[in-house]
Amino acid sequence: MKKLLILWLLAIAHTSFAQETASLESTQTQESGGLSDVSTAQPLVAEVKWNALQNILSSSSDTTYVLNFWATWCRPCVAELPHFEAVNRHYASQKVKVVLVSMDFVKDMEDRVIPFVERMKLTNPVWLLNEPDANSWIERVDSTWTGALPATLIINPARSRKVFYEKALDYETLARDLSYFLDY
Amino acid sequence: MKYDAFLIKKYVSFFGVLLLLVAIGSVSFSTASERFSASQNSKVLSEGYQIGDAVSNFRLKNVDSRMISLSDYSSQKGVIVVFSCNHCPFAKAYEERVIALDRKFGGQGFPVIAINPTDPAAYEDDTFEQMQARARSKGFTYPYLVDATQTVAKAFGATRTPHVFVLTNNNGTFTVRYIGTIDDNPQDPSGVSKRYVDDAVTNLLAGKPVVTTTTKAIGCAIKWKDV
Repeated sequence: MKKLLILWLLAIAHTSFAQETASLESTQTQESGGLSDVSTAQPLVAEVKWNALQNILSSSSDTTYVLNFWATWCRPCVAELPHFEAVNRHYASQKVKVVLVSMDFVKDMEDRVIPFVERMKLTNPVWLLNEPDANSWIERVDSTWTGALPATLIINPARSRKVFYEKALDYETLARDLSYFLDY
Repeated sequence: MKYDAFLIKKYVSFFGVLLLLVAIGSVSFSTASERFSASQNSKVLSEGYQIGDAVSNFRLKNVDSRMISLSDYSSQKGVIVVFSCNHCPFAKAYEERVIALDRKFGGQGFPVIAINPTDPAAYEDDTFEQMQARARSKGFTYPYLVDATQTVAKAFGATRTPHVFVLTNNNGTFTVRYIGTIDDNPQDPSGVSKRYVDDAVTNLLAGKPVVTTTTKAIGCAIKWKDV
């Protein structure tokens, strides 16, 4: 019983991630309009700065975000992309938003990233995060992330609930986690 | 009396229900914590040497087919161990800067040792022959060792390429002083403002402690072979 209680406390501690995000709230209001465009975005690649991700991490809308960190050259990342596309299709009617956050270099945008997204016919919004100093933001995504790809954060900031994986995922894992986020 | 018995019954059933609720609650909470422990699992994977830890000796094959051990460096002040590979764009982006580090610090007693832990079955660019070709074409001034069993990468707790460990040597005992990335801009060497490895080694050479001892960076995950 004591063990269960400790586990439960751990779960709470783990989910009540730091709200160090407040400092950027001012930019959130400015850019929240852009955020709502995510669901209807065309399969083009948006070059974004950290505040675009910060807006999601500190969002107050009761939405579950699936942030997948990937790159065109990362084979396990490319292999799992279809699962995130399937999430987009299967959860279209629910408050779930997938964003594929590319770690490709900005210089590869035109010759590599955009052609890849077109070739794969990705329907999820694709962002290219142009923040080379990753040490400044990796831990804000999750304190346990070492920086290896792929990595996926499933988060509902309004409910202070999140789960993070530094590994490739299958559809079953995504669906199981999402059912937990959506059912409770 | 009858009334008391009824009350007791009522209390018993009340506590019964309460107990049941608590039990259900803790079961569902424990499932929740299992689900949310996923990121803690990855933390276990990333365990390895921490700052201040002594490093075990290793012996690996270089691209010139000679065996090289950490203990071969016991006359040096330290070493810069770089887990790297052929296929990773981040590793490639840093190749020139790793050569520059070796050129700058090799002569001052802090040479570079590069170690490739990539499974060539996963990335054909990382076969031993491709490593030899890369070392030749780029003119590596340092050994480029193959960690075929990945045991050295696991001992260090390397999770990605490139992943750097700066070690100091004290009478043959090597100690970890810095873990992380080379600098703060993999994409553009001219846009670098923080040179973490350079700063760490410069301080160590001056007998001063390292200021920033750990950093994180995006890199290519080291894919572990199935055991």
